[in-house]
Amino acid sequence: MERVPVLKIGDILLVSIQIDMEDQVALQLQEDLADRIVSTGCHGVIIDISALDIVDSFVGRTLATIASVSRVLDAETVVVGMRPAVAITLVELGLSLPGIKTALNVELGMALLERDRGADFEPLVESEEP
Amino acid sequence: MVLSSDEASRFADLLASHEESLVTTWTDAVAASVRGRLGRAELQRSILELQRGFSAALSGGARELTDDAAAELRAHLSELSGTRARQGFTATETAISVYALKDAALQILDQGETTEASALRDYVAFASFVDRAALFTFDSYVRAREELIADQAEQLLELSTPVVKLWEGVVAVPLVGTLDSARAQVVMERLLQTLVDTGSPYAIIDITGVPAVDTQVAQHILKTVVAARLMGADCIISGIRPQIAQTIVALGIEFGDIATKSSLADALRHVLKLTGTKRQER
Repeated sequence: MERVPVLKIGDILLVSIQIDMEDQVALQLQEDLADRIVSTGCHGVIIDISALDIVDSFVGRTLATIASVSRVLDAETVVVGMRPAVAITLVELGLSLPGIKTALNVELGMALLERDRGADFEPLVESEEP
Repeated sequence: MVLSSDEASRFADLLASHEESLVTTWTDAVAASVRGRLGRAELQRSILELQRGFSAALSGGARELTDDAAAELRAHLSELSGTRARQGFTATETAISVYALKDAALQILDQGETTEASALRDYVAFASFVDRAALFTFDSYVRAREELIADQAEQLLELSTPVVKLWEGVVAVPLVGTLDSARAQVVMERLLQTLVDTGSPYAIIDITGVPAVDTQVAQHILKTVVAARLMGADCIISGIRPQIAQTIVALGIEFGDIATKSSLADALRHVLKLTGTKRQER
């Protein structure tokens, strides 16, 4: 069975989905990611779906589950690169993927994660400086 | 009524032997109807082409306009009506280009002074052939006009939905005119594609130019905003006139947590404030 690679970049796990998201692949990815978050101690997950033509309700739900699971493990998930056609289809289907953060591309996704983590730490840094 | 092969060949002879005088009379008749909007030389050239087409079709053994031998004539006719339709001539003026052939042919028959009984039957058969040709012209004319209208509608659709870049990372869509489902779809696709192409995380939808907002229009705008959010961009709706605001409230339309501003300037200021504070946080 095909697997989706999970890459570690600094404090972030990057997942770029380049194959068709079959149900089994999606479930495997969900398990792999949970394992990797625990083993690496990363605090951010970026899932790039710019190569996906189709996002069905199952994949949508799996993405939501991944986001919830990683939040429990103290990692924020950002889904990036959703195609316009996919977004329109999801809206027409009435799936608005609640609880999932999104960004236009990987770069903006990393900026979003950095900003969120940065906000957590900034008060500490500021109090040490003076 | 179908032309017999005898009749067809007799008329082919007539058209060929009197080519010059026929074309002149024919052109005169058409020129009178288009009243100088078309140059005489150009008119004569197109009439000559038509005459050759008729002549070739009849001598080729065409007995009806739908025959294979008349294929070239049909092509000539549809080309003529296509050009006339685009040049803005009326349907009558276009059809007369073909009908005038009957008068021209009658004049030539008169000069020949044939008083045989068969001549009348010949002429009626020929006239009905020309009638069918004129009807075909009319059909082509209508088709050409419809294509023209469809093209214009499409152009209008594209013209009226520009997506402009307002600031680094901020794009705006000034909506002008009534939003129906087709236009809303085009606006949505264009906006989302621009977001991807430019990587802009903020979009402002300006509805100053939308004359009325009903539940359907609101639904379209909401869908666009939700789709943009799914892709990771934030939308702000601006340009809401007092009247529109009253309608929105009266209809019970909920924009939820979507930011709405009364002017485009306010919306831009709002976005800049958002990006500004976030930069400070970093």
